[in-house]
Amino acid sequence: MADRAPIGSGWRERAPAVLIVFLLAATPLVARALGDPFIVKVATRVVVFAIAAVALNFVVGFGGLVSLCHAGLFGVGGYVVGVLAWHDFNAEPLLFLPGTSNLLVSIPAAAVVVGLLAAIVGAISLRTSGPYFLMITLAFNQMFYYGAVALQKYGGEDGLQIMSNVTLGPFDMSDRYRFFYLALAFLAAAMFVLGRVVRSRFGMALRAASRNETRVIAVGVDPWRYRLVAFVISGVVVGIAGALLAAGQQFISPVDMGWDRSGDLVVMTVLGGIGSVWGPALGAAAFVVLELVLSSWTSHWQLAFGLLVILIVVGLRGGLADLGALAFGRRGTETAHG
Amino acid sequence: MADPILAVECLMKSFGGLRATNDLSIAVERGECHAIIGPNGAGKTTFISQLQGMLRPDAGAIRLDGQDITREPAHVRARLGIARSFQITSLVPDFSVLDHAALAVQARSGHSFRFWRPARGDAALTGPARDALATVGLSPRATTLARDLSHGEARQLELAIAIAQKPKLLLLDEPMAGMGRKDGAAMTRLLAELKKDYSIILVEHDMQAVFSLADRISVLVAGHVIKTGAPDEIRNDPDVRAAYLGH
Repeated sequence: MADRAPIGSGWRERAPAVLIVFLLAATPLVARALGDPFIVKVATRVVVFAIAAVALNFVVGFGGLVSLCHAGLFGVGGYVVGVLAWHDFNAEPLLFLPGTSNLLVSIPAAAVVVGLLAAIVGAISLRTSGPYFLMITLAFNQMFYYGAVALQKYGGEDGLQIMSNVTLGPFDMSDRYRFFYLALAFLAAAMFVLGRVVRSRFGMALRAASRNETRVIAVGVDPWRYRLVAFVISGVVVGIAGALLAAGQQFISPVDMGWDRSGDLVVMTVLGGIGSVWGPALGAAAFVVLELVLSSWTSHWQLAFGLLVILIVVGLRGGLADLGALAFGRRGTETAHG
Repeated sequence: MADPILAVECLMKSFGGLRATNDLSIAVERGECHAIIGPNGAGKTTFISQLQGMLRPDAGAIRLDGQDITREPAHVRARLGIARSFQITSLVPDFSVLDHAALAVQARSGHSFRFWRPARGDAALTGPARDALATVGLSPRATTLARDLSHGEARQLELAIAIAQKPKLLLLDEPMAGMGRKDGAAMTRLLAELKKDYSIILVEHDMQAVFSLADRISVLVAGHVIKTGAPDEIRNDPDVRAAYLGH
């Protein structure tokens, strides 16, 4: 919406995020009751994209930076898990290190690799702003995409199948239900941690810089450094989401990191609402479910989807999060310390 | 002059063929309220912007408290002690009044790479921030969002932010711009209080306010200081009258 709801603190602000996690946590029970494990598969996809959208919104909604390279970063996270698992399965060392299918190793590895890439992308693209920032991040996205296509050893254009059994320490993670709860724990952690960060000193400086750069410079804040750190934080989280995507579907391919996928992430974010940490999680859920339902009706599902997105974004200017805000009796007009 | 808080020497700034700042030299004494007046287009805001660092001068030198800051970017100058209130109110619409002052305190107290503790409710920030609000009389509006402030309140907040920076030098660019007579009078009283504690450069069109507040006045015409002196000197100077006050 034109005037974004201010971010307050306390229980009321966190309640929607907690509710989202609880509702999602109930989906495996529904799946069991209906005897339809496919629901868990969909719910896992919802959770993974929710993490990615929450991560993207950290820079879009709070940093004022619309990045179009997040699907690329997401995909790289997936490839780190995929490539490590490939080396584990084929018992072939990667350079001098052994491969692994243990997520205790491969998820942190994905986070580190993607965080470093985000630092490079950010350091270069944050020299620009507005449409130039869009273009440069888009260019980086395509570099990552074609980089993945060029990985002939790891399936190239066809993508990379994870043949080994993914584990988390001693636990076998090929169990769908177990994996779902692992992903959900990451979503809860992402919303909690980023929720803290946007309210911290760092978050205040970042948000103020996104709304009025002249003002923050005048009080002595150099926006560039804060944006760069925000970009890296966002990258780390989206890298984790990508790692979870690959581990969950035992597959990662360049299709997951095309520029159109970056656009999808932006749509999820705006659809859910960029004014809150948890809003984009709603957007991701709506996107994934609508994509599934509409595409089962017609191959022209994107036409109907586009119309729906327009209706929601125009009708609820704070995105789907406005519905939650209405339910909790809050609108953007309230004061910030309520 | 001995040890001024601000010394500007031979400042030059051109936009294309226009010399907005032309060989401008000025010294502001410690504790002084130094007003800068001049007709529209004399280059007052351009000059303020070069002091703050938003604009880079083409030539010349700016020294704050003896330190050469000519090449320092704006955010560094703010940390070194220059605070500017903007002619056109520049706020963050969805930040509260207190948030604005707290942001200034936070910026002054070092880097903001603290990621965990909520900034709101951090007494180290809100304490000094509330003091700044109290100084300008905005305490009752602390939790109001900037977008809901009246014009006069927004001008007060501009000032509160500058004070919260605890600056060595306050740059006030038309603090009374767009104010009615009543708000303007209140602002004049407030500035009279502030000049006891701060060195101030005041750009203002309200001549009554200028002559009552300023210790010295510099008259800027076409980017050049044609005269600096006490208010009475300026009022009676024939050149100044011809250039400016006479009509």
